[in-house]
Amino acid sequence: MSAHILKLKVNGREYQALVSANHTLAQVLRENLGLTGTKQGCQVGDCGSCTVLLDGEPVNSCLVLGVQAESREVLTIEGLAEGNKLHPLQDSFVRAGAIQCGFCSPGMILSAKALLERKPSPGLDDIRQGLAGNLCRCTGYQKIVEAVMQASHRMSGEASS
Amino acid sequence: MSAAYDVIGSRVPRKDAAPKATGQAVFIEDLRFKGELAGALLQSPHAHALIKSIDVSKAKALPGVVEVITAADVPRVKYGVSPARYDEDLFAVNKVRYVGDEIAAVAAEDLETALKAAALIKVEYEPLPRLLSVEEATAEGAPWIHDEFPNNVCAEVHQEFGDVATAFKECDLIQEGRFVSKRQDAAFIEPNQCVAIYGQDGMLTLHSSTQVPHYVQRTVSMVTGLPMSKVRVVKPYVGGGFGPKAAATPIDLAASFLALRSGRPVRMAYTREQVFSFGRARHGFTHEMKIGVKKDGSLMALEHRATLDGGAYSSFGIATVYYAGSLLGGPYKLPNMKYDGRRIYTNKPACGAQRGHGGVIARALFEQQLDIIAERLGMDPVELRLQNMMETGDVTCNDLAMSSLGMRQCIEAVAQGSGWKQKKGALPKGKGIGIACGFFVSGAGYPIYRSETYHCTVTIKADEDGGGVKVFTAAAEIGQGSDTTMAIIAAEALGIPYDMVRIESGDTDFGIDLGAYSSRTTLMTGHATKEAAENLKEVILGELAGELGIDRRRLDIKRGLVKIAGEAVDIAPLRVRYQKEHRGWLSQPEGGQLTFNEASRLACLRRGTLVATGKYKPPVLGGKFKGAAVGTSPAYGCSAQVAEVSVDMETGQITVERVTDAHDCGQAINLTSVEAQMQGSVAMGLGEALFEEVKFDEAGRVMNPSLGEYHIPTIMDMPAVDCIVVESGEPNGPFGAKEVGEGAIMPTIPAILNAVRDAVGLTIDETPLTPERIYMALKKAK
Repeated sequence: MSAHILKLKVNGREYQALVSANHTLAQVLRENLGLTGTKQGCQVGDCGSCTVLLDGEPVNSCLVLGVQAESREVLTIEGLAEGNKLHPLQDSFVRAGAIQCGFCSPGMILSAKALLERKPSPGLDDIRQGLAGNLCRCTGYQKIVEAVMQASHRMSGEASS
Repeated sequence: MSAAYDVIGSRVPRKDAAPKATGQAVFIEDLRFKGELAGALLQSPHAHALIKSIDVSKAKALPGVVEVITAADVPRVKYGVSPARYDEDLFAVNKVRYVGDEIAAVAAEDLETALKAAALIKVEYEPLPRLLSVEEATAEGAPWIHDEFPNNVCAEVHQEFGDVATAFKECDLIQEGRFVSKRQDAAFIEPNQCVAIYGQDGMLTLHSSTQVPHYVQRTVSMVTGLPMSKVRVVKPYVGGGFGPKAAATPIDLAASFLALRSGRPVRMAYTREQVFSFGRARHGFTHEMKIGVKKDGSLMALEHRATLDGGAYSSFGIATVYYAGSLLGGPYKLPNMKYDGRRIYTNKPACGAQRGHGGVIARALFEQQLDIIAERLGMDPVELRLQNMMETGDVTCNDLAMSSLGMRQCIEAVAQGSGWKQKKGALPKGKGIGIACGFFVSGAGYPIYRSETYHCTVTIKADEDGGGVKVFTAAAEIGQGSDTTMAIIAAEALGIPYDMVRIESGDTDFGIDLGAYSSRTTLMTGHATKEAAENLKEVILGELAGELGIDRRRLDIKRGLVKIAGEAVDIAPLRVRYQKEHRGWLSQPEGGQLTFNEASRLACLRRGTLVATGKYKPPVLGGKFKGAAVGTSPAYGCSAQVAEVSVDMETGQITVERVTDAHDCGQAINLTSVEAQMQGSVAMGLGEALFEEVKFDEAGRVMNPSLGEYHIPTIMDMPAVDCIVVESGEPNGPFGAKEVGEGAIMPTIPAILNAVRDAVGLTIDETPLTPERIYMALKKAK
């Protein structure tokens, strides 16, 4: 398989990597860049655990080739906190008890991030639709919904203050 | 929160939540070792065939291949879960029994090469008749899947408690029903994976995504022949288990052998498709029940037959077939019970344990029949249940002791919370409400292998500076929150804040712990943690008492401060000593009371590093009859749920609109985690009730081996779940706690079944309740 020099921006930092043309973005993030927070639950786009934001839009990074991210911006779970300060979504997930095994959490949180960018004050149906592509087997989703609600309140509170 | 406790019953954030929210938490896939080889399996494409020959020469010749092993290269050691049914070989010996049966394993420099090499192994098969159903496997003249087990009967159970035949003669009403369920997959989001490393020191270290480091250690030791002291199993964070990760897998064993031979770390992983084809999750059950009651609704007798489609190997199946019967002994007063169960081998992946092990479908049918009985007697289903409910202190006919049972409170809570009285019988066609109950063990009373071993040991070490403690346990945090539970228990027992407790878990080097199954960890490891913490507190306060020259009994620790009863004691000399050690430090202990830090530091100065241990095993439990061990437990958690559904009378589509759920967990250790287990249980039960089914084609291949084709509940499928936590105070549990992980799933399926029955007026006797099944039932009824 041919190799390509891939240039992309991940979590605000420019990277250059030599990647196989058939490697997925999930593989590139995990193996070339060492960003193992992106999880791989199925590798065929069913579970959503590898969700990252590509130019702000949530994608299953197992369904995107690394080379497709050329010159684009990626946000992974590692890029969400500011230093030691958790992003309000991360903090709400922690406090609401929305995390059990945690394997779906990075993807879930990033889908929620994209949702809140699009819709800062989502209703229940918005949250359900926004997270419909992320499977969780542990929580029954209720505390995830609560966490997203709480984060949206905190973020809109922060924005208006 | 109980006023008596400082940490227990609170909503402190989980220890692992922040690492998991930031991507820092390490799962097996995130571990990397120098010089890793990639392993791959060669698995059978046939459901049932003899192996005539295996030729590995081409695979071995492929550049980049390091090892190729088959049955000829490993000791012939049968293994499995129950020692009474060790029926598995790591690699097929002469015969394959399901599509996916392991034949060989390869280690190569990279995965691509390993997969290519596995495909180059040439196997000649002689296909045998495929037995893909219980009917085929038990038909006259069917071949035997295992020579040792005639007629493909893997296990049989015949039990009778009381006198069922006589009891039926005294009954005023007899209700009979049958129910069929389908095989289910646990669908944990993280597929199984492991890395085996064999060091120059002769130690084999296996990192594995498992629920049971101890049993994996034991199985790897038994199969490889290495002593247990030379096998260490370490579990990183695990992305869910739910039962199927509660035993050593073929990749655990194959990677171990490949590492032993190559001297290099070997990683092996299941793809999602392989997770499905390995199976080990919920059996397909067929239950038949005959229930006798008096006119007044008193339950008199149950005659119960169950048949389990087991797949090609036993896995947990012996326990499953026993649980399927024994868990109907409660929570209702039932004086007479007869059970005949059989588990049949078929040419499909083995079934095993999954949340609510063995009990959920038996419970579903029984609770459905109770509703029909209530209707026939003109009683309210809630009243019928309350009338027959056991109380704390009752013992079932099969010797299960209900040392605490908040079942009545649970029923009353969900009836109240759901508005049962206003809704039952008053809803329009297509809308329904249903109730059901259930209970489950708080830890199996006995280990899987016969042994007098402690079920868990815990070590707690005080930080030398006195600033906190660290808990070491081999217990398995698999997402259920056991690390947090143990940290809370240690904090409470020591009298220190939660933040002062750190925890390391999931490593067989830390002691024995049987692992995360049978909802055992909170009660069992909780006991051991509490004892270790109390012992450490004793050491610290003993040293402090010696230093102060007062009676130890005057001392206690609460919220990180030393309480001294009786007349005032001069603590100044001790404080000055501590301050001198920390000259120049910004933070110094203040106030009139000694801190835990000062006391613990002082004890360390007097004795060196402080370590204390705790241990637990249940007392001897249960009756003397065959199989009496299965279902015994020091305590039982219990649940009641009300489901409200709407059914589209045109399409048969069911929507669960609301679930009101009450669970008696004895005492919540972490209230948030208790609710989380309840909500997760409802989700799994809902999926099983409505749409989950592993399907096979005529060749025995899984037809829907992906999370796209095998539908588990998404966020769109989940109703609001109102959680009511009932705390009955379990005398045999640490701080009164018992399980919540599995009891909470027991009522979900029958509550939905009963709600659907209420909505459409039909008794559906098969899950999943797909629109097609409901549509056909509605059409037939017209």
